[in-house]
Amino acid sequence: MAEEHATMIPQLLAEHEQTLLRDWMESQKKSGALRGGQVSEAELADNSRRLLAGLRGGAATGQFEDITTPVWDQSRTVLEEISRSRATLGLTPAETATFVFSLKEPLFALLREKVGKDPDRLAHEIWVATSLLDKLGLYTVEAFQKTREDIIARQQQELLELSTPVVRLWEGVLALPLIGTLDSARTQIVMESLLEEIVTSGAEIAIIDITGVPTVDTLVAQHLIKTVAAARLMGADCIISGIRPQIAQTIVHLGLELGVVSKATMADAFALALRRLGKAVVDRAPTPQEL
Amino acid sequence: MAVIPVLKIGDCLLVSIQVDMHDRLALELQDDLTNRIVTERARGVMIDISALEIVDSFIGRMLNNIAAMSRVLDAVTVVVGMRPAVAITLVELGLSLTGVRTALNVDKGLALIRKAIDDPGSALGRREA
Amino acid sequence: MTQGARLVVEKHETVAVRSSDDVVRVRQAVRARSIEAGFGIVDQTKLVTAASEIARNTVDYGGGGTLVIEIVREGARRGVQLTFSDNGPGIADLKVAMTDGYTTGGGLGLGLSGAKRLSNEFSIESTPGKGTTVTLARWKL
Repeated sequence: MAEEHATMIPQLLAEHEQTLLRDWMESQKKSGALRGGQVSEAELADNSRRLLAGLRGGAATGQFEDITTPVWDQSRTVLEEISRSRATLGLTPAETATFVFSLKEPLFALLREKVGKDPDRLAHEIWVATSLLDKLGLYTVEAFQKTREDIIARQQQELLELSTPVVRLWEGVLALPLIGTLDSARTQIVMESLLEEIVTSGAEIAIIDITGVPTVDTLVAQHLIKTVAAARLMGADCIISGIRPQIAQTIVHLGLELGVVSKATMADAFALALRRLGKAVVDRAPTPQEL
Repeated sequence: MAVIPVLKIGDCLLVSIQVDMHDRLALELQDDLTNRIVTERARGVMIDISALEIVDSFIGRMLNNIAAMSRVLDAVTVVVGMRPAVAITLVELGLSLTGVRTALNVDKGLALIRKAIDDPGSALGRREA
Repeated sequence: MTQGARLVVEKHETVAVRSSDDVVRVRQAVRARSIEAGFGIVDQTKLVTAASEIARNTVDYGGGGTLVIEIVREGARRGVQLTFSDNGPGIADLKVAMTDGYTTGGGLGLGLSGAKRLSNEFSIESTPGKGTTVTLARWKL
């Protein structure tokens, strides 16, 4: 819904941009925006200048209600960048939103100077200004949240990759100890790591150990079956180990069919793998050097 | 008209699919292979798909058909060189390659064929995708 | 999704899907756009394979049609959206068409359901006698 009453804000922003910028910087410095030292004066000046330019552009259309429209793209982009950089600097969302709200002081002062004699007009202009800056300030909080969520997602991804190592147990035998829940995102990483290692090592046997997987239900079983199938297409057979008694019961109760040999322990699986490869472990006295 | 070359190594036929095949080419390959298995009295067929960037359901069906036809002619089919991304996609697609044995590369593929022909009762000889 | 994010089309390309040679071209075009969108090899392969399935359906059952490939952006994430459309006989029973039938092979079953499994978003509209439109998308996460 477009603003019905005319507002002088677009005109003010266009004509008094430099004054506003100067007063705004003064006001921010006075309230301690540079105190922490994370943001330099040059950077603060640049942020402020760009936001004012964006505001001027957006306000020129006279449409203040919806800041998601294209005319406000520039302002939103500036705010997103500022939020992102401050999030990585460790500043709180409140500090970032305050940056936007702090423009109210010099803007209201300018309004009072221009239409102070007309209380109704002043009240209206202050309302327009404050609701616009509130929207933009809240937007920075949302953008801040989004950045934090992105960081967390990236860290989760890195954690996933770190927690699925593929180990060469013996020539031709790989071991994949899974720790934690096996969801579809994890399964993708597991498959990629396992298959890549099959290619590099030429292994024909892969032991997937699920001791560290808390529950095995139909979904988890499907993920395991997919992983086994993918390894099979690369010419490697899988053995599943680490089947706890409760897991064995669940598998039977749910009627799950894993389709491969499964063993209680990795040791058992390894012994089987060696047998398949035609290797045997023999008893012999250790040499003096080995002791 | 492009034709996919079929080589003979001992009693095996080796096909290396290098191009992004369109349907007619795939059907020609099926026919060609089946004929050659008979004329060369081949006991094994090795299909090298290491150059294939994707295997869709059509190619999958082609591989299954080749395996089925060679089985009827008492030959073993091994597919080698599947790329990891292709394997992951195939599994997600839900396509199962029935009657097709798989190996990592040509060397292992030949060893697998040897084992399957010479020792069909063994576990390795029986293993299929 | 950050408030204010909309679907922005960064690039689009139209490919004819009328013959089996076109199916090869579709694969190449989708591969190129996926690489442009920054997809890893697995995501590329999944999208190209899904595209191959639908392209084939369009040629074999839809009497030929077109594909529009779009690189899209929604907020911070980028993706590739494919829209296949034909003016063929259409699909009478979508539910049946979407069920799996892979081991038996043949028919529409595997192509549609398989392509859906390989996509992050999938939708199909079909009117018997008028034609079919399949839209699928994959996002770079």
